[in-house]
Amino acid sequence: MLLTISTDRRPATDLGYLLHKHPAKLQSFPLAFGSAEVFYLTATDERCTAALMLNIDPVALVRRQAGAVSIEQYVNDRPYVASSLLSVAIAQVFGSALGGRCAGRPELATERLPLQATIAALPCRGGDELLRRLFEPLGYELWIERRGLDAAFPQWGHSDLHTVTLRAHCTLSTLLNHLYVLIPVLDNEKHYWVGDEEVDKLLRHGGEWLARHPERELIATRYLKYQRSLAKTALSQLREQDDEAAGPEDEPSDDPREEAGERKLSLHEQRHGFVLAALEARSARSVVDLGCGEGRLLKSLMKQTKIARVIGVDVSSRALEIAESNLKLDRLPPKQRERIRLVQGSLLYRDRRLERGGDIAGETGVDAAVLCEVIEHVEPSRLAAVERVVFECIAAPLVVVTTPNREYNVMWESLPAGAARHRDHRFEWTRAEFADWCGRVAQRFGYEFETRGVGEAGVSATGHEVGCPTQAGVFRRAH
Amino acid sequence: MPIELRIPELALVVLIGTSGAGKSTLARRLFKPTEILSSDTCRGWVSDNENSLEATGDAFDVLHFVARRRLARGLLTVIDATNVYPDDRKALVAIAREFHCLPVAIVVDTEEKLCQQRNEQRPDRQFPAHVIRKQRMGLRRGIRGLQREGFRHVFELCTPEDCDNATLVREPLWNNLKHECGPFDIIGDVHGCYDELVELLTALGYTHTGPAGAWSNSAGRKLVFLGDLVDRGPKSPEVVRLVMDSVNAGVAFCVPGNHDNKFMRAVRGKKVQITHGLAESLDQFAKYEEHYRGFSRVAAEFIDDLVSHYVLDGGRLVVAHAGLKQEMHGRGSGAVREFAMYGETTGETDEFGLPVRFNWAAEYRGRAAVVYGHTPVPEPEWLNNTVCIDTGCVFGGALTALRWPEREFVGVAARATYAEPRRPFLQEADRAPLSLQQQHDDLLDLADCIGKRQVETRLQRSVTIRPENAAAALEVMSRFAIDPRWMIHLPPTMSPCETSRLTGLLEHPLEAFEYYRSNGVGRVVCQEKHMGSRTLAVVCRDADAARRRFEPSTVSTGCIYTRTGRPFFTDGAFEVALLDMLREATTRAGLWEELSTDWLLLDCELMPWSAKAQELIRRQYAAVGVGSTTGLTASVEALRAAATHLPAAEAALKQTQVRLDLAQLYVAAYRRYCWDVVSPTDLRLAPFHLLASEGRTYFDRDHLWHMQTLARLASHNPTLRSTAHRLVDLSDSASEQAAIDWWTDLTAAGGEGMVVKPLDFVARGRRGLLQPAIKVRGAEYLRIIYGPEYSLPENLDRLRQRGLGAKRSLALREFALGIEALERFVRGEPLRRVHECVFAVLALESEPVDPRL
Repeated sequence: MLLTISTDRRPATDLGYLLHKHPAKLQSFPLAFGSAEVFYLTATDERCTAALMLNIDPVALVRRQAGAVSIEQYVNDRPYVASSLLSVAIAQVFGSALGGRCAGRPELATERLPLQATIAALPCRGGDELLRRLFEPLGYELWIERRGLDAAFPQWGHSDLHTVTLRAHCTLSTLLNHLYVLIPVLDNEKHYWVGDEEVDKLLRHGGEWLARHPERELIATRYLKYQRSLAKTALSQLREQDDEAAGPEDEPSDDPREEAGERKLSLHEQRHGFVLAALEARSARSVVDLGCGEGRLLKSLMKQTKIARVIGVDVSSRALEIAESNLKLDRLPPKQRERIRLVQGSLLYRDRRLERGGDIAGETGVDAAVLCEVIEHVEPSRLAAVERVVFECIAAPLVVVTTPNREYNVMWESLPAGAARHRDHRFEWTRAEFADWCGRVAQRFGYEFETRGVGEAGVSATGHEVGCPTQAGVFRRAH
Repeated sequence: MPIELRIPELALVVLIGTSGAGKSTLARRLFKPTEILSSDTCRGWVSDNENSLEATGDAFDVLHFVARRRLARGLLTVIDATNVYPDDRKALVAIAREFHCLPVAIVVDTEEKLCQQRNEQRPDRQFPAHVIRKQRMGLRRGIRGLQREGFRHVFELCTPEDCDNATLVREPLWNNLKHECGPFDIIGDVHGCYDELVELLTALGYTHTGPAGAWSNSAGRKLVFLGDLVDRGPKSPEVVRLVMDSVNAGVAFCVPGNHDNKFMRAVRGKKVQITHGLAESLDQFAKYEEHYRGFSRVAAEFIDDLVSHYVLDGGRLVVAHAGLKQEMHGRGSGAVREFAMYGETTGETDEFGLPVRFNWAAEYRGRAAVVYGHTPVPEPEWLNNTVCIDTGCVFGGALTALRWPEREFVGVAARATYAEPRRPFLQEADRAPLSLQQQHDDLLDLADCIGKRQVETRLQRSVTIRPENAAAALEVMSRFAIDPRWMIHLPPTMSPCETSRLTGLLEHPLEAFEYYRSNGVGRVVCQEKHMGSRTLAVVCRDADAARRRFEPSTVSTGCIYTRTGRPFFTDGAFEVALLDMLREATTRAGLWEELSTDWLLLDCELMPWSAKAQELIRRQYAAVGVGSTTGLTASVEALRAAATHLPAAEAALKQTQVRLDLAQLYVAAYRRYCWDVVSPTDLRLAPFHLLASEGRTYFDRDHLWHMQTLARLASHNPTLRSTAHRLVDLSDSASEQAAIDWWTDLTAAGGEGMVVKPLDFVARGRRGLLQPAIKVRGAEYLRIIYGPEYSLPENLDRLRQRGLGAKRSLALREFALGIEALERFVRGEPLRRVHECVFAVLALESEPVDPRL
């Protein structure tokens, strides 16, 4: 990994004073994960280029983390590309320059110089655009070269790796602080655990420039590795420095596509509203949320005082852990705590606990089962099992199913034509396909049903009426 | 005078007696300490005070709980409490009934004065005198009613001498014939069809040898009759005579059927409805009396003495007329007898006015096979290890025998339709195209998969699955897996050889050879290790075969899936094309006929690696490649510039140049296993194990057979590849050296390496099962596993310290489970039993193991 810093302000060798490193030496500094070498490519009056080269020990880097289970944790690009390791090296090797101090020539530290920095291998998934969004507001000119993944396989396309050259007229300390904060933000990984002290580091190195940066949200969130509570702390402290109104505080999503598409409409709130109304209409007092995920619908269900029992089921034990903490189950008063159960289960396996007389559903069984944006995550070939589990085994008097309406997808410009709304969607149905499925299920298992649209109906650019973004089926067991 | 207490081996023994009567002393002398549940001890557990009366409620909750658990597990249990009032005993009798075992009362009726004296000697227990008096009055009042309360056995010990002289005899239950190991011929409902019975017995190799009506077999086989000997058919007395005499001669067993029971009651003058063919039986018996006077009474006595069901063959086989739920096996109670004779009904009746039966077999999860009759079926079919073999002989069907342990059915057709069934059972149109097991197998039960599980395997006894691993497997199965009906096997992970002692190498064939030689294996097969993705291919001859054996509603003719049970291709057309190639090659090689099958399961490697792992290669390998070459190139250039004026940079330049060279080797290494796949013919599929076909697995064939058979398959299609291999004699160093040279050449030419397998598919050493395969990977291939710079001496030294224990243990457990899954499948066991094993393999895969091994 190589970072070079150049200046052509004469005498250019002043850079040596600023960096506190002698231009005629190759100096080596031990780091926790290898060593850093500082040397000069050129050191003349006209031009001076200093290099910070990291020699990272790949074996030692792996040994720091115990219990790695994927090959990625053992063999990765970390030893070779710019990452938080480079920030650590900057702080250790160029500590005084980063802090804006220059013992021998104090006046140099505050002088704005024509500076150029080149990072040989900088990973940035957002590409050219994100690099510019982060550096240009700070006054940099950029030259970016994006690397291909493999010259032998041009069809594999770009890698996330860029060779980036930045040029600006600023103090060396400013340049180093920008790099210190933004390299890990671009790389979007941290080699160490992110804790409270990271907020201080961010504020210290971010200083004034970060408060004014239009992308401060993204910078803070990524720098703090998506830890929402830490990011909030940092942003509120930044706000004190900057009186401008801050942007919305949305949680980061794993899937920008679904979020980008649906947030504007706050579609999930409308879906929840629909589900709650359907439950209310049939006076359901016990509800099982099949595929409850991280518990967003459960939260709404718990607010309905008429619902005496709420059961959340999901196949992912990790999702259930998050749901448990989102719902703050350990802090609920006992009576409230008794209302809710979270269990791991699968829509593809019969689960007698949820059936009438089962341990969880109880003697009378549940009044309603909800599958909110769930079935589209099931392989079409496995739907038959889901149908039996839900309509034959659990067989609640009321079943509510919601799923995307594929016809509506044309309304989202950000969504490529023909793409699903979420990477994990195995299918998305048109209204006719959904109605057809509802009809078959209702007939086979003895239910009556109606389908409804949820969200605002749309008309496509070509003038076609495409229905609502979400479609819902409400099934009532026939007697 | 010794007093013998004869008690069934499984019973709830209730001691009854006042405080100080000597119950605990008696119990300690006669029973194991763990069999005795004392109310005083329970009081102590819940309150720290054995005499605390206020804790009685909680103490008995604990006592009842433990008693229930013990009885559920089939263990004799003794209740040491005063139990002097009927109310105390009522709960215990109910518990005994709940678990279908007999309640036994032992009354210790010691005189009051002695009890008082004993209590006075105990400093911790000071009762007022009236307490014991009251207890004794209660006891005396209730003692007569014990039989009525439900105690089948009541023993009274009236003096301390009685107590001292009492001895215990544990009697086996009548239904316990575990020591009878057959082999057996189990015969379904005969209903007076004597001629067909004789024909069947003859077909089974029995002859009429007497005494009297008894038939026997020179091969030592024994007959088991499932009851309903009488009614409807033409020769009920003859049938009963044959069975009775054979039973009495010790060559047959018989359980009673509901018809037999009713007949017996009719003979004994009980009021019964003379319907369902009973009239014919009574007539026939009246006539039979002409030459065997009193036979009706003898027959009734024989029937009355029959035991409801039998547990045979070490507990592997249970026979009962109408079947039996697992929790009733080997138990004795009125409820067990009722169930065994009549089955369980839902209380509703069907359109023919017959009771709707509760389908206990659909819920059956027991290990013992249950063979029963009672309800006529067109064909005997296994369902969850149970089978009904009443094929309605008397209704014009057939009389069927099940040969045990062969599990073969032998039947003879009825010579006439002797009676019309109320519900037609032979109409072909009514028969579903699916097997009974398939009809019940389209839905798996979560309870069969999650939580802590023990999976029994033939190769390695029981494999334990921890709940957290099962939870992980549930997610993978639900979100990504193929339909479970196709997932009949998952292959085990493979361990590398021990780390090589040679300088500059991490792996070398010597260590693999040494492993097998030191474990007593004489010959091994070395196979070229293809570098692609592990693939399982189920190939069916046609869609009918696929529907019949795998997924009843499918239109596909097979399934190609990964080693973690996921569909291999996202593009269905590729799967279809590859299956077509495999099917055609199988046809050309003549394997369908040779193996008499219409499906095959092949274990293969599918290339290129990039076909399945494209995303991984891009994200992981190519990213490391471009990162390392870009980063190091920049460093080399910078150092070169510096070296012109800075001599100290020279050394760093040299060092960095070495690192750059290694990075380029890394890129070259992964590139070898990547090529573009546009059409299915760009793929290469190398099958190396022929795992199974209809009715059998091939784990008994050695690896040369697998190699040769599959080479024939591969020769018929250019997309299919055979696997280069060689047999190595481990006692011949030349043979070994030749294999080492071969490996060196293979890897030098860019090959991944080789796999060393014992010649036999399943090999055992002194310490048990051996690794089924050990991989020996080439130095350049290992670069993509251990990182570009792994071969630098300072790195290699550190990487040498790798532990193989966890990987090897995992490989063995997965091997045993994978084989078990397939063996269960070819035996036609229920889906859940097959799924249990593959689910367990997936669960084990979530155990953390160094992924570089």
